[in-house]
Amino acid sequence: MLNPDSVGSTFGGTETIAVTQSEVDAFCAVIGETDTSIAPPTFTIRITLSQFEEILTRPEIGLDWTRLVHGDQKFQIFSPVRPGDELRCSATIESYRVAAGNEIVSVRSDLERDGAIVVSAWSTLVVRA
Amino acid sequence: MIEIGSELPERIFHINRALLKRYADASGDQNPIHQNEEFAISVGLPNVIAHGMLTMALVGKYVSDFAGGSAKVAEFGARFTKPVIVPKDAEVDLTVSASVAEITESTITLNLSATSAGVKVLGMAKAVIYK
Repeated sequence: MLNPDSVGSTFGGTETIAVTQSEVDAFCAVIGETDTSIAPPTFTIRITLSQFEEILTRPEIGLDWTRLVHGDQKFQIFSPVRPGDELRCSATIESYRVAAGNEIVSVRSDLERDGAIVVSAWSTLVVRA
Repeated sequence: MIEIGSELPERIFHINRALLKRYADASGDQNPIHQNEEFAISVGLPNVIAHGMLTMALVGKYVSDFAGGSAKVAEFGARFTKPVIVPKDAEVDLTVSASVAEITESTITLNLSATSAGVKVLGMAKAVIYK
């Protein structure tokens, strides 16, 4: 069970994550995108989901990642991400509820480049009963 | 001429186990429900299922192509309503289409539809693109 005291907390935002050309190339290849100078709109999920996993499964937060399903996902892209970008990533636990034994967590990820926000992403994650 | 209610041409993407493996590597999501049939069934799924985010990435490609490139996508969201089931050695269709929901001075909002095996796999799927 997620520790309800963690709702409203923001984590991370200290270290930077480099977007490499080979990561963008691999993602583009899967979807058949030939323009590899820009990351596809959902590319940043690879940064976001691994950060969510790292934070939410900490012992003091306590989410069970093994029973997780992705409920919904939204991206707001203020500026396209490109290979070579250095992104600072923070995550906020926005809400938490339990319905029919399922835990439903809403988390937001904010990616910044040089202090300016480039992508905000919202995920609803469901831990099945 | 694009106007509210305009229907965009349908497009079919093909998903197989090899693509799931490639997406797993490209996205870092190595959850075995997307690669290992025995495991998927053991946790109550009918078979291996595609990553919801792979479905969304393919629909994102549809949106980018209509918009004129990845840089023109401003917002993109969807609910994962049903899984895309990917049996071994199968080539599963993902059928994507869209209609124009809203037009402003600078943006177009698309309502997106994604189905596989006749089942709607995304709900409330929407994208806002720059004109």
